[in-house]
Order: sequence, then structure tokens, then C-alpha cells
Amino acid sequence: MDIAQNVLEIIENDPKIDISEIAALTGRSDEEIRDCVDQLEGDGTIRKYKTIIDWDKVNNGFVYAIIEIKVSLERETGYNVVADRISKFPEVRSVRLMSGDHDISLTVRGKSMKQVAFFVAEKIATLAQVQSTATHFVLKTYKEDGVILHETEHTERLPIVA
Amino acid sequence: MKQSTQNVSRLLHKRQVRVSDTVQSVPPSGIRRFFDLANELEDVISLGVGEPDFVTPWHIRESCIHALEQGHTSYTSNQGLPELREEIASTFMRDHSLHYDPNEEILITTGVSEGVDIAMRAILNRGDEVIISEPCYVSYVPTVIFAGGVPVTVATGIENDFKVTAERIEDAVTENTRAIMINYPNNPTGATMGKKDLEEIADVATEYDLIVISDEIYDKLTYDGKHTCFSSLNGMIANTVLFNGFSKSHAMTGLRVGYALGSSDIIGAMTKIHQYTMLCAPITSQMAAIDALRNGQTEMERMVREYDRRRHLIISGFNRIGLDCFWGKGAFYAFPSIAGTGMTADEFAERLMLEKRVAVVPGDVFGDSGAGFLRCSYAASRDDIKEALLRIGEFVESI
Repeated sequence: MDIAQNVLEIIENDPKIDISEIAALTGRSDEEIRDCVDQLEGDGTIRKYKTIIDWDKVNNGFVYAIIEIKVSLERETGYNVVADRISKFPEVRSVRLMSGDHDISLTVRGKSMKQVAFFVAEKIATLAQVQSTATHFVLKTYKEDGVILHETEHTERLPIVA
Repeated sequence: MKQSTQNVSRLLHKRQVRVSDTVQSVPPSGIRRFFDLANELEDVISLGVGEPDFVTPWHIRESCIHALEQGHTSYTSNQGLPELREEIASTFMRDHSLHYDPNEEILITTGVSEGVDIAMRAILNRGDEVIISEPCYVSYVPTVIFAGGVPVTVATGIENDFKVTAERIEDAVTENTRAIMINYPNNPTGATMGKKDLEEIADVATEYDLIVISDEIYDKLTYDGKHTCFSSLNGMIANTVLFNGFSKSHAMTGLRVGYALGSSDIIGAMTKIHQYTMLCAPITSQMAAIDALRNGQTEMERMVREYDRRRHLIISGFNRIGLDCFWGKGAFYAFPSIAGTGMTADEFAERLMLEKRVAVVPGDVFGDSGAGFLRCSYAASRDDIKEALLRIGEFVESI
């Protein structure tokens, strides 16, 4: 397996892992791994080391909403221009161009439903290219970025088997 | 009159022992004692398990649920679902360019264990010898004995990375030898054998007209190289009974489904025994196996990549602690030597369990040539492996 791909797979699942452990797992030297990670960080392959948090477990956590946007394009503005503009708001956690009956899909985070609703009404819906918005509030997150937040599975193995 | 009373009395006395001589002659598995010991203790980290720590991939479990919802709860044909046999045939054509007729040369079994048992019963006459490379999985020797055969074990050793040599096999051949039994990638050593090594075994088999029984259940778990399927060797397809299954590659141990491939006479004979004793493998598991073959590649590769990382972690860890461990390239076992500690593997494993709460299996459980080694499964989480290495290191320091 390609060393960079191996390192990426390990880091994606465990961003806190240290260099020497990655070296142990891959049979490479610490220096080789450090160079590899430096390069992946330098060329922008690794964008950020992220934590997945179950905000439902925190008092004063966050409210999330998915916003579907229909866009009317003008001659000189493409989707990228609209998306770039929307992406600059810190409240907006993700921006995606979609196939189907709407054009752009956002994830917006706020302290309350009211705050999110006002943000969409005042900052997104008012943009010239935005034709319409539809806001869907997230009630409960079961799985986030490959991680199941409400795990119920429990398996037990015998300690010694042939 | 007196004579006949004596006979009856002798008969009655004899019946006090109600278990057959054959079964009595086989000692219980050496693993049993450790299993009981581990069960009495709490917080044991186990490197003693011969099964993946992954749960069966969801798409396979989901196909079991679907099969049940659809009401597929009946018997299947004795040989197994035709669809599954066809899928296996096309897999072997694709991966090894081998043609197996799904109607006559493939039998679905309830795991490789059943397959080995019925193969021995299908080919052995009383007194026939089977050469078994050792250390080996605990069931091979007993199944030969249960089938009325005579197991002849051939030692492998660390000097040859636990590969069995053609020379040693040839030395063990007698006029009663019927078959050679091998298992690479190997349980318990993690050893693999390359194409050239296997070709030498094939030559011996051809020269003495022996059947080769090849348990290749760990074939997908081959790191640093490519697995060679024994029946793909020149002329070997007709003389090989090949076993494989889904337990290790797709984490499906409890579903009990595997298969045997071989020439129609042997598979036919095995089917006869299977028909009378097992009837068929569970239909739910067979349907899961179809899904594993059709859609299981990605998840399987993910698990194999992770095993490979753990392999590096554990083997380099043992070598660092001072327990010499060779770089096995297959299965999910490390086989470190404890020769330097002056203890037997049995003592070492027992004290390690009692003093440090780490479960490993002494190598001699798998045959005399495993003496002085430990079988440590790395089908355990990385955290468990790291903690186990830490505790084993402390233990080695303390003795």
C-alpha cells in the first residue's frame, strides 16, 4: 500500500496519533513519517485535524440546519461566485453544489433555532443570486462523518479460542 | 454355563466406559485449560483469540436480515446453494484462472472445520497416514484419528520461518501415506509459503501419488506478497482438496460457512458424508456468503490494511521487548520466541495471565515444534495490543 495513503487513512481515523506510532504501524522510520506528514500538510492534502463532537451532550450546545438554496445565475456570476460568498460566513459549516431540484446545500450552525432562522433570512435569502431558500432543522444526529453517535452495538468474544 | 456368565460379566464391565477407545485416545485441546483460567479473571486483555475483532461488515449482516425477512429458512441442496457455488467458481476463475465445476467440484460446508473432518473420512482407510505440517491448527490431528487414520506430524522451525520443506515431507512418506495436510498462511505461526516452496511440495505429492489437503482460510490475509493457491500449481488441481471460507476474510466466524474444492470423486464422497451428517450449511449464512463474495471486497481490504498495521505494531513490539519474533507475512498471528526466558511456553503463558492479565496461547498446544513460542493474535484493537505489549514487557523485566 502507498505510504501516503496508509498515513492518511490512519490519521483520518485518529488525528491525535503521534508520529512514532504511525511509524510503528507502517514499519517506517519516524523521519520518513514526519516528512510524509509535512508534505501532506504542505500541499494541502491534509486541510485540518478535526474533532467530532456530539453537541447534544453539552448544555448550550449548537443547533444545526440544512439549507437548500435555489440560485439564479447571471451572465458574469457562476455558482463558484455565489458559493464563495456564502462560504465566508462563519455560521455556515459546509457548502455543496448539488444535483437535483435545488442548487446549493448548506449546513448552518447557530446557538438557537431563532438565530439560525434569522441568519438565513437576513444574510442568505437577501443575496441577489438567491432565488429561494428552504430551511430544515436537524433534530438528532445519528451518524456524523462516518462516526455513529448513538452506538447500541455490543459484541463479546470468548477470551481464548483456537 | 459358568463361561457364559463370565462373558456377560466382562461385557457389563466393559460397558462401564461408554466412550469409544478412539475418542478416549485423543487428549482434550490444550487451549481448554487457558480458556477456563481466563474466564475466572477480570480485565484480561486477550491476544488468545483466533477470530477477527471486527464485527461482520454491515452489508453482510444486512443481507442475513433480508434473507430472514424473505422467509429463506429452509434447507438448501446438500452441496449448498447453486448461486453460491457459481459465485465461488467465478471467483476462482477470476483470481486464479482455475476452473471448478459448481455442480461436481464444490461443496459448501459449515466452516472449514467440518470440511477437514469429512475430507479425512472420505479419503482415509483404516491405518492410512496423513502427513501434517506442524505446528498446526488444533483440529487436524484429532480429525485424522477420528477418521481411523494415523497422523504423522512433520516439524517446521524458526530456522526456516516455519515453512514446511519438501525434504521433511519426503522423509515422512511411507507406503501407507495417503495425504499431506498443509495450512498457509499458517495458524499459529503466521508463516506463508511462496510459489517456489509450494512447487517442491507438489513435486513430492506427484511422485508418491498423494492427495494434498490445503487449508487456505487465511489466504486473503497475506501481507508483503501474493498468496499462491495450491491447486493453481502445475497439475495439482486434480490432487488437491482446497478449503476456504468467510470466517477470517469477512469476519464471519459465527456464521459457520466455508467450502471445499476438489475433483468430483472426492467432493462426491465428501458430499455423501455431509448429506447424512450435516445435511446442509445454514441457508442464512450461505446467502450472506453470496453477498460477501459479490460486495465484500472494499470492507475486506480495509480490514486487511488494518491487520497489517497491527502486525507491524506487535512484531516490532515483541522484538523491542526482547522476545524474538520473526516477520510472519500472513494470518493474524505473531509467534514470538520465549526461549531466552528459561521458561516453558506453558509456564510463561500461565504466569502472564495470572500476574499481568494478558491471555496468549502457548505454542506447544499446536504441536511439539511450537514449544518455546507463544501464539499472539493481533486481531485485537491497537489499544489492546499496545497495553498487552506494555504488560508483557513488564513481565519479562520481572523474571
